[in-house]
Amino acid sequence: MSTAVNNIPGKFEILDQSLESQMTLSMGPQHPSTHGVLRLDLRLDGELVVKAIPDIGYLHTGMEKLFEYKKYQQGIVITDRMDYLNPLGNNLAYVMAAEKLLQLEIPERAQVIRVLFCELQRIASHLVWLGTHCLDIGAMSVFFFCFRHREKILNLIEAASGGRMTPSYFRIGGLMMDLPAGFDRRCKQFLDDFPEALNTFDTLVTGNTIWQSRTMNIGVISREDAIDWGLTGPCLRGSGVEVDIRRANPYTGYETYDFEIPTENGCDVWARFKVRMREMTESYKIVRQALDRLKPGPIKADAPKVVLPDRDDMRKHMDALIHHFLIVAEGFNIPEGEVYMPIEGSKGELGVYMKSNGGPKPDRVHFRGPSFVNLQSLPVMSEGEMIADVVAIIGSLDIVLGEIDR
Amino acid sequence: MGEPGPALVERIKAKNETWVEDYKNALDELTIVTPRDAISELCAFLKSDCGYDLLADLCGADRGPEEDPRFEVNYHLFSTQHFGRLRVKVLLNEDDPHVRSVENVWRTANWHERETFDLFGVIFDGHSDLRRILLPSDFDGHALRKDYPLRGYEPYSMN
Repeated sequence: MSTAVNNIPGKFEILDQSLESQMTLSMGPQHPSTHGVLRLDLRLDGELVVKAIPDIGYLHTGMEKLFEYKKYQQGIVITDRMDYLNPLGNNLAYVMAAEKLLQLEIPERAQVIRVLFCELQRIASHLVWLGTHCLDIGAMSVFFFCFRHREKILNLIEAASGGRMTPSYFRIGGLMMDLPAGFDRRCKQFLDDFPEALNTFDTLVTGNTIWQSRTMNIGVISREDAIDWGLTGPCLRGSGVEVDIRRANPYTGYETYDFEIPTENGCDVWARFKVRMREMTESYKIVRQALDRLKPGPIKADAPKVVLPDRDDMRKHMDALIHHFLIVAEGFNIPEGEVYMPIEGSKGELGVYMKSNGGPKPDRVHFRGPSFVNLQSLPVMSEGEMIADVVAIIGSLDIVLGEIDR
Repeated sequence: MGEPGPALVERIKAKNETWVEDYKNALDELTIVTPRDAISELCAFLKSDCGYDLLADLCGADRGPEEDPRFEVNYHLFSTQHFGRLRVKVLLNEDDPHVRSVENVWRTANWHERETFDLFGVIFDGHSDLRRILLPSDFDGHALRKDYPLRGYEPYSMN
């Protein structure tokens, strides 16, 4: 095999140990504040961070390789396990890439339900971020408030798809199944309670002076640097760049919803915190609008060779049964081509590069995880800060290692 | 969504004829194939003159051991000004998988290029720190190549 690796320095040789006043600290991989198995090589001068080198790959499971051995519809369950806080976002990006190659038209109701669940998932993801971010900095109780409300969203997702963390709800050509009876009522109940919950978080955290002094002017990354380092999502908007893919390159009908793009000019941990807090309100508004738009109708595209038929049809029509057998046994072919499908995940631009060679299995699937790119800017933000602030900065990046290592 | 495809291609050709080997506009996505020596200059031009200031993604692809050229490197560009998207592609041979690094254009290319090197064995010349990122540093082979078996050559042990 290739031996090109041999003359490249090993991971541990990068920090030279020559200066006496400085020490090297290995933070992680088993550290509660690294949100998974992330290791940081920190070069410290007293408590000051001189250099920080992230070391990733502890969770690498070769998912992109696995895609090439699975049929298109089997790949959806793999995407659930990447960013496990935003599985529906991953489903959507993957599914839409395949749909773009197939040139499928998705029915209105399916589009609305997709938007509804993506925004619910965004709120759930931000609630985990808020809880753990506060836990990292030292505010214990917020965590419990956040997880209580996240649980309600997970219950909604479970009601529709059967899975809490791994829904696989979006399928190529539509949805797995329609919403259960009474979903409207349960969702409205959650929405009625949610503004009050947001208020609670605000009173607990936003006005807290300790919180403010721990986050303001910490982890600063300028507007130019943010673009240069490829930051996307709340991290980029926290540096004053008003870019949201839901607006910039709209998909699933986001252009018809009324929402704002929260942007802050602080460039620090506080700014990113404010952006995410305001995003939860915007997502709440979108969920409300989507609920109002739910009209009865089909939830699967009219493409019998791609979309699994209804159980009822299979009992009555022979062709439906044949299609079902063929899709399950052999899969379906996707025309040759390549697409890059970007969506606004909860953490930033979630892009799927999918290349097909005309067969039932993809030739190449690449996930552009926002966490992967955002983590790369950690050294820029943390060099020159105190060691305790590194924890706050990691929290403000909102990373998920399952997505970084894939 | 930015400039329409042909207009942008004409603009690049006006700057330097050799930068565009081939281009296609499929599924609303413009792909420009460029020679590997030109990638750094082309990206710098696209960044400074055409507004494509954010490198959204950089990924490799393997067409299979029997193909020539075998490897692709795809650069997905995004503009925070006019929100346009563009794909630049470089094709590489198996014997000589070298391409200029674009780290001097976007610093975010650093980890993307390390990932592509790690999984495909594409060497990025001029990269500041080209070493494995996802796989262990003593890993044998490049896992996303088509001729690399799904389960590896032998069970990997962490010792």
